[in-house]
Amino acid sequence: MRVTQGTFSFLPDLTDEQISKQVKYILDNGWAAAVEFTDDPHPRNTYWEMWGHPMFDLRDPAGVLLEVNACRKAYPQHYIRVNAFDATNGIESLKLSFIVNRPDEEPGFNLHRTEGPGRSIIYTTHSYAAQKPAGSRYG
Amino acid sequence: MAEAVTEGGDDAINLAREYEESGIGGVLDQLDRELVGLRSVKSRIRDIAALLLVDRVRQRLQLTSEKPSLHMSFTGNPGTGKTTVALRMAEILHRLGYIRENHLVTVTRDDLVGQYIGHTAPKTREVVKKAMGGVLFIDEAYYLYKPENERDYGQEAIEILLQIMENNRDDLVVVLAGYADRMDTFFKSNPGMHSRIGHHLEFPDYDADELMSIARLMLEQQNYHLSESGEQAFSEYIDRRMRLPHFANARSIRNALDRARLRQANRLFSEKPTRISKDDLMTIEAAEIHASRIFTEGKPDQDPV
Ligand SMILES: Nc1ncnc2c1ncn2[C@@H]1O[C@H](COP(=O)(O)OP(=O)(O)OP(=O)(O)O)[C@@H](O)[C@H]1O
Ligand SMILES: [Mg+2]
Repeated sequence: MRVTQGTFSFLPDLTDEQISKQVKYILDNGWAAAVEFTDDPHPRNTYWEMWGHPMFDLRDPAGVLLEVNACRKAYPQHYIRVNAFDATNGIESLKLSFIVNRPDEEPGFNLHRTEGPGRSIIYTTHSYAAQKPAGSRYG
Repeated sequence: MAEAVTEGGDDAINLAREYEESGIGGVLDQLDRELVGLRSVKSRIRDIAALLLVDRVRQRLQLTSEKPSLHMSFTGNPGTGKTTVALRMAEILHRLGYIRENHLVTVTRDDLVGQYIGHTAPKTREVVKKAMGGVLFIDEAYYLYKPENERDYGQEAIEILLQIMENNRDDLVVVLAGYADRMDTFFKSNPGMHSRIGHHLEFPDYDADELMSIARLMLEQQNYHLSESGEQAFSEYIDRRMRLPHFANARSIRNALDRARLRQANRLFSEKPTRISKDDLMTIEAAEIHASRIFTEGKPDQDPV
């Protein structure tokens, strides 16, 4: 089951050229770009591992692509995303986030129902991948 | 139809128009105007610009697929105009579409090499990423290589640069700058670096006349000029300064003029004339030059660092 998190995730995977154009948009807005990765696809997993520091003061997307590719090389079967952070005083927030790499197999989620008082049901999702220990979840 | 054949068919290229449209003519003119002398450097830059222009057309007609190697070395003594020329070079490369940004990042060893294990690679990569799309200008590049210390971290920076210079030729142009003799030694011990450099430009020292013209140009740009006796004094200043240690060509001239302006302001202020003309404010007198330690003690003034 294809994970759909962040911008563009309902589209086919972006090509490197398309990624470059999005990164150019990020840089032209003066935002910092950061590369992050994880092998836990749960939607509530907000904080992914950082691949190096966020990149400030870049002019051209090639530098970000360099890191994306280095991260892909180290973690070919992980989720990798590019974040754009607006450091402007008073904003200091994420402006854009999109996936640039995903595992070949995405086994999806188990939906677990717990019967509550009355007829209420508490839903929990577990990703099948996360049943294995971190680092050996895909491939 | 016949007309098309005589004109060379659809392939006919108007090189003059290509040149016009690129706007590099303006950059080359600016280079001529803002830099005195440097004939050999200027003509090399014209050659390179012509080569790149023609190459761009050849690529469009699929006569070449190889991108020309654009990495360069600028060798010459301090203050011979290397940094200034690098800025213009970035502009030319940008106008011809060889770099995406008209953007030059200047660094030295300290910006690239770290203090402990694992510090250098991220540092170098960060600099490279900031320069991407434009030109990375590495001043005194030979300090990256310290053969006397076999565990020097500079080697790590060199290796990353070599890799980037090869794999990211479309993304980054590297210019290595420094003194000619040390640069030679550096290239001898780093053949990989040498083989990646496409163009070597040598910046000669200026002679006394050129230094005088540079002084006039610098003053003119700031709305100053030397009085007649001031010119004489400064010409003598140049003769003496050239023979003393730490002479840095045009940079020494700029520094000397900065000090002369300071002294001129001091003189005007201490004289406190009730009426002072526009010309007084613009004129540097011999006194401002003769106050230099060169004349009083035979030593160079303390240069600001
Ligand atoms: N030919 C020239 N005509 C006019 N001004 C010049 C010329 N060459 C250099 N200058 C001026 O001298 C100063 C020093 O030049 P620049 O910084 O380009 O030299 P450099 O070779 O990079 O020196 P360094 O090796 O010390 O960094 C600058 O202010 C520059 O504008
Ligand atoms: Mg310089």
